[in-house]
Amino acid sequence: MKKHIITMLVSGTLIAATLESCKPHNASNAVAGNASIKAYVAPGKYDEVYNFVSGGFSGQMSVYGIPSGRLFRVIPVFSVDPEKGWGYSEETKPMLNTSHGFVPWDDLHHVQLSKTNGDADGRWVFGNANNTPRVARISLKTFKTEEIIELPNSAGNHSSPFLTENTEYVVAGTRFSVPPDDVNGDVPINTYKQNFKGYLSFISVGKEDGKLDIAFQLECPGVNFDLSRAGKGVSHGWFFFSCYNTEQANTLLEVNASQKDKDFIMAVNWKKAEEYIKAGKGRKVKAKYAHNTYNESTHSATSEIRNEVTVLNVKDFSDICYMMPCPKSPHGCDVDPSGEYIVGSGKLAALIPVFSFSKMQKAIEAKAFDGAYDGLPIIKYEAALYGEVKKPGLGPLHTEFDANGNAYTSFFVSSEVVKWNVKDLKVLDRVPTFYSVGHLCVVEGDSKHPTGKYLIAYNKITKDRYLPTGPELAQSAQLYDISGDKMEMILDFPTIGEPHYAQAVLAEKIQKNSQKIYRIEDNKHKYVTKGEQESKVVREGNIVHVYMTCVRSHFAPDNIEGVRMGDEVYFHITNLEQDWDVPHGFAVKGAVNAELLIMPGETTTLKWVPDRVGITPIYCTDFCSALHQEMQGYVRVSPQGSKVPLTWSLGTNLPKADEAAAK
Amino acid sequence: MTALFLLKKLIMKNKLSGWSKVLLILSSALLVYSVFVPIWQIELDAPQYPEGLNLKIYADKLGGDVEIINGLNHYIGMKTLHTVDFVEFSILIYIILFFALFAIITAILGKKKLLYALLFAFVLFGVVAMLDFYRWEYDYGHDLNPHAAIILPGMAYQPPLIGFKQLLNFGAYSIPDIGGWMFISSGICMMIAAIKEFKFSS
Repeated sequence: MKKHIITMLVSGTLIAATLESCKPHNASNAVAGNASIKAYVAPGKYDEVYNFVSGGFSGQMSVYGIPSGRLFRVIPVFSVDPEKGWGYSEETKPMLNTSHGFVPWDDLHHVQLSKTNGDADGRWVFGNANNTPRVARISLKTFKTEEIIELPNSAGNHSSPFLTENTEYVVAGTRFSVPPDDVNGDVPINTYKQNFKGYLSFISVGKEDGKLDIAFQLECPGVNFDLSRAGKGVSHGWFFFSCYNTEQANTLLEVNASQKDKDFIMAVNWKKAEEYIKAGKGRKVKAKYAHNTYNESTHSATSEIRNEVTVLNVKDFSDICYMMPCPKSPHGCDVDPSGEYIVGSGKLAALIPVFSFSKMQKAIEAKAFDGAYDGLPIIKYEAALYGEVKKPGLGPLHTEFDANGNAYTSFFVSSEVVKWNVKDLKVLDRVPTFYSVGHLCVVEGDSKHPTGKYLIAYNKITKDRYLPTGPELAQSAQLYDISGDKMEMILDFPTIGEPHYAQAVLAEKIQKNSQKIYRIEDNKHKYVTKGEQESKVVREGNIVHVYMTCVRSHFAPDNIEGVRMGDEVYFHITNLEQDWDVPHGFAVKGAVNAELLIMPGETTTLKWVPDRVGITPIYCTDFCSALHQEMQGYVRVSPQGSKVPLTWSLGTNLPKADEAAAK
Repeated sequence: MTALFLLKKLIMKNKLSGWSKVLLILSSALLVYSVFVPIWQIELDAPQYPEGLNLKIYADKLGGDVEIINGLNHYIGMKTLHTVDFVEFSILIYIILFFALFAIITAILGKKKLLYALLFAFVLFGVVAMLDFYRWEYDYGHDLNPHAAIILPGMAYQPPLIGFKQLLNFGAYSIPDIGGWMFISSGICMMIAAIKEFKFSS
């Protein structure tokens, strides 16, 4: 009996071991051979490509170099950043104002570089706020957020900020449909079908100054708008939006919004909509939304609340919107460089439908419709379909393109990037990602002329890719060389926040325009101090304005007396430096807001309300020079009603104030 | 006897050749042009300034990164540089234009004596100008504020008159700028003309 047991145990172990060795191994999860040399950028050398990466729930946008994967800068956009004083300085507070008041954070999902003739022109980059619906415009001269506009009638600005081929419009489609702002929204949630609407905003962009303005909104059926892309070339004048939850469920969407075999890609003829708006067909609707702009010469932002928006109800017009059936809750909806092919990616699909713009036009002409969805014509699936990519993988999400007629699609469920040919729809290659790729980007891969040599995959799961840092991990990105027939992984690098979409552009388009300093002559800040001799302290009731300068290695003034409890002190600091890379910092002990970082030629203001009597130190936080540690000063705070006169000085050790008081 | 003969020959042949006149006109043109471009430059390199800092000296002003250099020089207590502090900048332009005019007149009158006088005066001016430049450099490099943040005993910060010198973390490279090279070329033109005239006449 015992013998039998032993025999069974031994043979059992043997079988287990044999089976284990039979388990197929995954494709290599490391860089093969010496491929990593391709990602090596020697110290002192520049990267070929700028990569603008959304920060997801960090609310910011980060800038990486490709192929090195080096992080250059995190641009504060929708979230406060005490490091840079963003949202804390008096000048930047208005940038984060909304109709809800000051919102200190958001969820930035997608980025878009401004375009001219369908190619990146290196002027601006746009980002969307997914939570409190907004769109931001960032200057690529200063890498600073210059403008933020809020979107009324929206909830969850997801299919945004995609733009037309000459940056005529940035669009913002609402993810959540909700009752519009001008009607009573106090309705039962299960009246979704009657009361909830989906709004698409078309934001015009000033040709020269980039100024944003909501040109019009399209009122559409209540569904979830997910992603969008503008047509280009032949399809310029059209916009394509992926829609899910066409079941119009208001609860347990996971199940209830996955019932239909096909949802839609909505094709919008925005040129037509523009015509109707011009003809006065839109209706003015009451709304409340913030429009915030940062002025580069005053170094200050202003926030304005607007009260009206023009709306066009697409149901009233038969030639603006058409629905193209697309399998399984489409997510990505991407247009190839020619503008002829539109790629739909059903999150749960096992194939990729590719629609043809010219077939779609013919179908519309021939009225090859299959009924209507909430009043909008549904084009017959086959009538607009160019073909399907068969068995590409599971869970396609996003597609970008190279210059050779190939497409690259990310697959979340099967965790891979698949390369396929747009013309013959044949799968050419596949590489694993680590793990569960979301968005991907090819250098200028959404433009008319992709310059794709690199592809970057942004993953949702990181797990064992780096040294562990407790339960909370960085996100992972992988870089692939796509210049050959086979994609080759050459680098793996961590990213900030949670990257969703990102865009990459040849460095030469941006590098040369990057600003080095702000010219002090051009500084029109209300409280600028253009020289130490102009520095002063001015009391207006209980408001104290400190006109302070900084230069290596002192503040002027650096001794201030006569501040009293109950005062509100505004330190207006002007950095007098006119040399590249000499910022100064400014910090006050016990300040409840943040520090300031002041660039050469810039003026920035920190508000400080003293909370105790005594001496409060101030100092420079940015190691500016060999004598940075000497760059400090003191503010004397006296009790309310104190007779200590208001004095300020630099380089005078005599206690003038006490002398004055003794007299 | 020989001396007398030579003198006679000189007087007789006291006419400039066509070539010499062309050279004089060229030298005059170079001088006029040099007024509009920097004459001298002091290039400063430091680890923190890979792009370099450039002090440009024009006939009538200081240019280039003067403000940045002034900002840095306060650490060692050097006086700040300002165009108005140099009387030279208000007269230099006239001296140069005077030489340009002198060269033209010499070409028109075609007198050899004038040419020799021009060359002599021009070389003398060049030497005096360089001595003056040296004096300023010495003054700025040695007359330092005793309360400066950085004081190294025995250390002076006089830039080189011409060539390279290491001053703390800065390497200073002092050379003629485009206007200076024109100035030198102008002198060479005069010299070639003078040598040719002298040779032909002997």
